[in-house]
Amino acid sequence: MNVMDTRATSAMLYLDGVHVSFDGFHAINNLSLTLAPGEMRAIIGPNGAGKTTMMDIITGKTRPDQGTVLFDGTVDLTRLDETRIAELGIGRKFQKPTVFESQTVQDNLLLALNVDHSVRGTLFWRGSKAESERIDKVLETIRLTDARNRLAGSLSHGQKQWLEIGMLLAQDPKVLLVDEPVAGMTDVETHLTAELLKQINKNHTIMVVEHDMTFVRELGVKVTCLHEGSVLAEGSIDQVSSNERVVEVYLGR
Amino acid sequence: MTPHILTRSLDRAAATFILVVATLGVLIPLSNLLLPQGSALHVPTYLVALWGKYVCYAILALSIDLIWGYCGILSLGHGAFFALGGYAMGMYLMRQIGSRGVYGNPVLPDFMVFLNWSKLPWYWYGFDHFAFAALMVLLVPGLLAFCFGWLAFRSRVTGVYLSIITQAMTYALLLAFFRNDFGFGGNNGLTDFKDILGFNVQAEGTRCALFLLSCLALIIAFMMCRAVVSSKLGKVLIAVRDAESRTRFLGYRVESYKLFVFTLSACMAGVAGALYVPQVGIINPSEFAPGNSIEAVIWVAVGGRGTLVGAALGAVVVNYAKTFFTSGPLAPYWLFMLGALFILVTLLLPKGIVGTFNSWRENQRSTGIAADEASAAREDGVRAPKMAE
Repeated sequence: MNVMDTRATSAMLYLDGVHVSFDGFHAINNLSLTLAPGEMRAIIGPNGAGKTTMMDIITGKTRPDQGTVLFDGTVDLTRLDETRIAELGIGRKFQKPTVFESQTVQDNLLLALNVDHSVRGTLFWRGSKAESERIDKVLETIRLTDARNRLAGSLSHGQKQWLEIGMLLAQDPKVLLVDEPVAGMTDVETHLTAELLKQINKNHTIMVVEHDMTFVRELGVKVTCLHEGSVLAEGSIDQVSSNERVVEVYLGR
Repeated sequence: MTPHILTRSLDRAAATFILVVATLGVLIPLSNLLLPQGSALHVPTYLVALWGKYVCYAILALSIDLIWGYCGILSLGHGAFFALGGYAMGMYLMRQIGSRGVYGNPVLPDFMVFLNWSKLPWYWYGFDHFAFAALMVLLVPGLLAFCFGWLAFRSRVTGVYLSIITQAMTYALLLAFFRNDFGFGGNNGLTDFKDILGFNVQAEGTRCALFLLSCLALIIAFMMCRAVVSSKLGKVLIAVRDAESRTRFLGYRVESYKLFVFTLSACMAGVAGALYVPQVGIINPSEFAPGNSIEAVIWVAVGGRGTLVGAALGAVVVNYAKTFFTSGPLAPYWLFMLGALFILVTLLLPKGIVGTFNSWRENQRSTGIAADEASAAREDGVRAPKMAE
């Protein structure tokens, strides 16, 4: 792990001058963004703006061609792989809900708990009271207590989204990257999800990518609009949505 | 193994399986040794050896099911590990021949004398000791699987690509073992064995003992697989099978899990091969043939992927069918039948025999529960108006 001697920044996540291109296509172009500890940030932007690629970079799935990506002011994320980054405390929810469909809701959460993830540790694992209490608590938070013994594959789309958020909670990371949490949800579910994220934000730093502007408005947090791989505008939802360029490239007139 | 792993891994189906294998493992040798030849229940020696072969195949099938059924690694080269275990045992058996060979050389096996070799190659050293050979039975396949897996899994080779390179691996070994100068008997392989641990390999008693040992090995292999898949590690394996990158983002080192289970599986396949060789009396390069490995995958598919019991059952059923058909007038058509079997199972029984049975029983149970709930609801319905009053 490449830990720097002194803390370079007070930010929880710090991206500066990041570039990524795939076969000549500049997916991320001089992207700079900081996320303060405890902050919740909403990321908006048109398709192809680089939102998911940015998450790929932060979680180690994609290596940037150049630029700095620091976690907690000290750790250079560009040199670590997915597993190491997850262990450090960055959790991720995918755009398409990805849960372990052939296992029960409960087991999905058990797998997500941030306990010993070594081969030995899991082979000789035995459940503890503390672990099952944590699972119970998460189940309650995501309203899936009654579905705990059901196979995750049999859940509704919205429930799967929540289960995946629940898995993030069980993982208890310092930073949660949440990609389109309300895609395919009903209005009521969307509202509940906003409440859930606000509740989680009390002790976690969160970055949410979302297209649903009503949802973003409901979150009531600072918004960053990406376009062609770099930051187009940043500020409150009202500031950003009244920005000429944002209206032009994303919101439409 | 701590007791809690044992209790967790022994469910009813597992206990039944162990009981059946143990019973057969004891009854078949007993009937062969104790009952008179003419008796209707007497099992002739050739059948003991044949069923011993099936049991070894069942262990191989288990090893494939462990990685394919639970972790999604489709190895089309598992026959290589089986054959390597077999060769390690064959080398021990060759050294036991001593001066009883055709050329009467006390150290060199016949084929080396025939090739005018003057001394034993270094890699044959130690194989005159059973303990050393037994260690190699585990170590050689295990080490190959470890190195192969380390390279493949770290580079994130998955799916079809992994299957293809496992085929290439077994094919490369096939070509190497065919060569006379490779030092393992070339085309003819190793055969004409005399005795094992001082007992004549052809003798009825030895065959029965080997059969019993094979059954014991099957039980141990099965219990090990059960212990693995019923632990939390088993849940991680299934997670890797179903959503590999998700598992990575949860902080699991996926390649370590794959490497562990692949190596364990290769060791099991090696043991199966080692028990197979003294029972069939020969090991030659054709055991590395890619077709063999594919056939073993078919056994698992037929029996039911990801069920363990199904894998073992599939190996026995398909091989019994093979023996039955290839010894009759239908012999030339066996490969067509095997192909048809695979297609039919894929189309009609995609979960295999045991998998289909399990989901049928699951359905029965859940409709049973639904019926109970419905009748309970009806009773509630009757009661509800009263409560309303």
